[in-house]
Amino acid sequence: MHTVHADVIIVGAGGAGLRAAIAVAQSDPALRVALVSKVYPMRSHTVAAEGGAAGVIKSPDTLDAHFNDTVSGGDWLCDQDAVEHFVEQAPKSLRQLEHWGCPWNRDDAGGVQVRSFGGMKHQRTWFAADKSGFHILHTLFQTSQQFPSIQRFDEVFALDLLCADGAVGGITALHMQSGEPIVFLARAVIIATGGAGRVFPFTTNGAIKTGDGMAMAYRAGVPLKDIEFVQYHPTGLPGTGILITEGARGEGGLLVNKDGYRYLQDYNLGPPEPHPRPKAMELGPRDRLSQAFWHEQRKGRTIKSAFGDVVHLDIRHLGEKVIDERLPMVRELARAYVGVDPVHAPIPIRPVVHYSMGGIDTNINAATQIDGLYAAGECACVSINGANRLGSNSLTEILVFGEQAGLHAAQHARTHPATAETQWQPAIAASFAAVHALLERPKSSETLVGLRSELHELMEGAAGIYREQATLREASDKVAVLRQRYRTLAIDDHSMVFNTQLFQALELGAMLDVGEAMVHAALARRESRGAHQRLDFPERDDQHFLHHSLVHYGGEQPPSLSTKPVTITRSPPAARVYGGATT
Amino acid sequence: MNAVSQASPSAGQGARIVTIDVLRYRPEQESTPSWQSYAVPCCEEWTVLDALNHIKDHLDGSLSYRWSCHMAVCGSCGMMVNGNPTLSCKAFMRDLPDRISIAPLANLGVIRDLVVQQNRLLDGLLAVKSWLIPRELPPRDDQYRQTPAQLAKYRPLTMCINCMLCYAACPQVALNEGYVGPAALALAQRYNLDSRDGGALERMQTTASDDGVWECTFIGECSEVCPKHVDPAGAIQQMKLASSLQWLAQRAPGGSSS
Amino acid sequence: MNAKVHYPTLPGNWWLKRPSYLRYMLRELTCIAIGAFAILLVFALLRLGQGAEAWQAFRAALATPLAIAWQLVALVFALYHSVTWFALAPRTMLLQIGTRRVPAGWIAGAHYLSWVVLSAIVLVLSGA
Repeated sequence: MHTVHADVIIVGAGGAGLRAAIAVAQSDPALRVALVSKVYPMRSHTVAAEGGAAGVIKSPDTLDAHFNDTVSGGDWLCDQDAVEHFVEQAPKSLRQLEHWGCPWNRDDAGGVQVRSFGGMKHQRTWFAADKSGFHILHTLFQTSQQFPSIQRFDEVFALDLLCADGAVGGITALHMQSGEPIVFLARAVIIATGGAGRVFPFTTNGAIKTGDGMAMAYRAGVPLKDIEFVQYHPTGLPGTGILITEGARGEGGLLVNKDGYRYLQDYNLGPPEPHPRPKAMELGPRDRLSQAFWHEQRKGRTIKSAFGDVVHLDIRHLGEKVIDERLPMVRELARAYVGVDPVHAPIPIRPVVHYSMGGIDTNINAATQIDGLYAAGECACVSINGANRLGSNSLTEILVFGEQAGLHAAQHARTHPATAETQWQPAIAASFAAVHALLERPKSSETLVGLRSELHELMEGAAGIYREQATLREASDKVAVLRQRYRTLAIDDHSMVFNTQLFQALELGAMLDVGEAMVHAALARRESRGAHQRLDFPERDDQHFLHHSLVHYGGEQPPSLSTKPVTITRSPPAARVYGGATT
Repeated sequence: MNAVSQASPSAGQGARIVTIDVLRYRPEQESTPSWQSYAVPCCEEWTVLDALNHIKDHLDGSLSYRWSCHMAVCGSCGMMVNGNPTLSCKAFMRDLPDRISIAPLANLGVIRDLVVQQNRLLDGLLAVKSWLIPRELPPRDDQYRQTPAQLAKYRPLTMCINCMLCYAACPQVALNEGYVGPAALALAQRYNLDSRDGGALERMQTTASDDGVWECTFIGECSEVCPKHVDPAGAIQQMKLASSLQWLAQRAPGGSSS
Repeated sequence: MNAKVHYPTLPGNWWLKRPSYLRYMLRELTCIAIGAFAILLVFALLRLGQGAEAWQAFRAALATPLAIAWQLVALVFALYHSVTWFALAPRTMLLQIGTRRVPAGWIAGAHYLSWVVLSAIVLVLSGA
């Protein structure tokens, strides 16, 4: 077994993790940063984000407007103090990235260009073609190479947090190439492991988005906040679930049903104008667009395809020149994966699971209730996204709160002494014993693929775009059984060297924990708000449910629930209005 | 309640049986790689990656390979398909015959099955200082100015997804262990050409060395296999020219390093 | 910490494994023809300096069947050298008009044009 002594451990090397690492390194080069990730940094799912990152730079836009769009977009479940901080820091964070070399799209004068995005009153989304997440991630990774105090541990699979007396001391992990156990000790730990889209069968998310870090914190006693809020992105490719960026609608793309009708106007998002107007029609918020699809499907107005029902995203009218300049990846993806050239034909799309609004409960400083433990990015819930995230807010979020987490973790590490390995021996032994048991277990009736499929079916059926009591209740029972059955899971591959079946089995454990939390939270929230829609409780209920849900790990038992107030500063809950009504 | 639509290999529904020969390597049980064949019922729209996932999920759980995004942007899934460096998520079964071979990316150390070492690229990126070395301090509270023309100059080079297909295509990578490689050099040039950057000379310490551009003999296969049309070969030749001119400039009368 | 990694070795005949590799080797081999021509030029100058008889003997040597066969082969290689050079030249230069790269065809075309023009000049000067 190998032990690494560090000052700050960062689990996850995507946008938030890298930004945090750089923040620590810049604030104090003497602090040793251990950047731990189960994949090489450039494989992190930040790389797949396409549309852009929001930050106010172009008049008549104002911080207030960004604030209001975000809070109303989140259906008033956002913590407004955090949103205030977020919108203020946003342009600074994006500018910093530009200073580090990010190739943002430019206007003719050489300034950064911004475009329209769903749910946003003004143009404020900075973009780098339609590969913004890719460019942000690579800029961050390449920049991070300059700092010798950042030591990377690539392809190291984090297992458990080491916590005692309300404070964190490190993590246990596996060296994926050799199977060797590694212990990382530090007084500050940042979790930046991303969301949990893979809990669902049909998602834009890459294979690695299995909620590992969320589950780590959850098992250590940090509640998952607002975990029932799962965003469906309205435009994913049928079959693969590959994301077609909202930027396509920002540039003027239209959504039509089988009759060529722009159906969104039937759902309080109209009236339709030839070019989508901010916060109306195709530029409405994602939850409303996904819900509209669901209704169209029920009415039989969607188009049948080999992969189920779809609608059409039409960008033909933009012309080849605009498409090649601003949406080249959209064209490439459509041609490769659905055999459609969007210059000549509309793209078949359908809603797919895309983003986890909920996650590890943190405050405005990215701190959890465990001393020294921080979280940032999609795995965390501050909350700035509330019940529904606006597109292009999350790429900015990872920068703003990645930096926050780094700065606060650095401060914490500086002012708290290191702990000795000896005090953690029992926890370390237990952590590795559990993995060993899974690895060595002889054949059982449970299979990895079987359990995973059952979880997927359960989640899609009960916790999809629309939910209701009976199916959620049934699902909560079923998932408890699945978790129990997981404890007897055996795998075929017993090797130590890069055993991907083992890693998938560990990921499944996290998926089951997070999935169960989602189901319980969804069951408890008897209202409809943002991305959480209940057929049996179709209205928003501020009187009883204007609060954050908290799910607490129950070990082998189902989780317990509690709530936490939402911080409301200057925007009292109001009707959430898009489309024709004045905003 | 919500329709689930997924590609599934239901027998008889237009599924074509493809024999896939995979070059396995399990260091705990063999000293050299060995071939293993699988009969895979493939759906028409599948990629090679989908076929691999089918093998892992239903035929042989021990097959190890990397993948994540399934949309050719994360760079994880590079491997040799019928001897060609390929991203398995973007190689379509409909374009391939009834028997195909899959092997780990060439020229790189094999850890297990289709999982290869990535350090050649990462060490190379570090060696060429692939980050912005600003020409001047940034304006306070503002971004650097960069026109669309200036952006266009280096933008193609920013598209590298670090997939290492170019390393598998380049014989020099195999022949010279110290060669930093095509992608690392392309990324060096990406910064050299960025109007905000002033580090070209500093990078020349590595790029103009024996492990840099001069190891390249313009075979050009790297650019042929690059899934993102980065053209590392072109970037390397441009750097050769720049490095030669720099060498001359330093030796000209009154020569200075600018 | 390191499990046993397998390091592949490049076979000696790697250049036969892909058509593009073979074409590359042939391209590199053209240097022999180019080099041979350079040496021939030096000899030509030498013989020219040694007087009319030496020059005639030199020209006669070039006219033997074997010599002509070699010159044809060398010509093919020299042409291949030029064609590949012209194809690769655009990649070595970064020329841009506005936001668009100057098309490779223009640069290669300019090379061909120069070739034709220079060849024409030489032919005219040599009284052909």
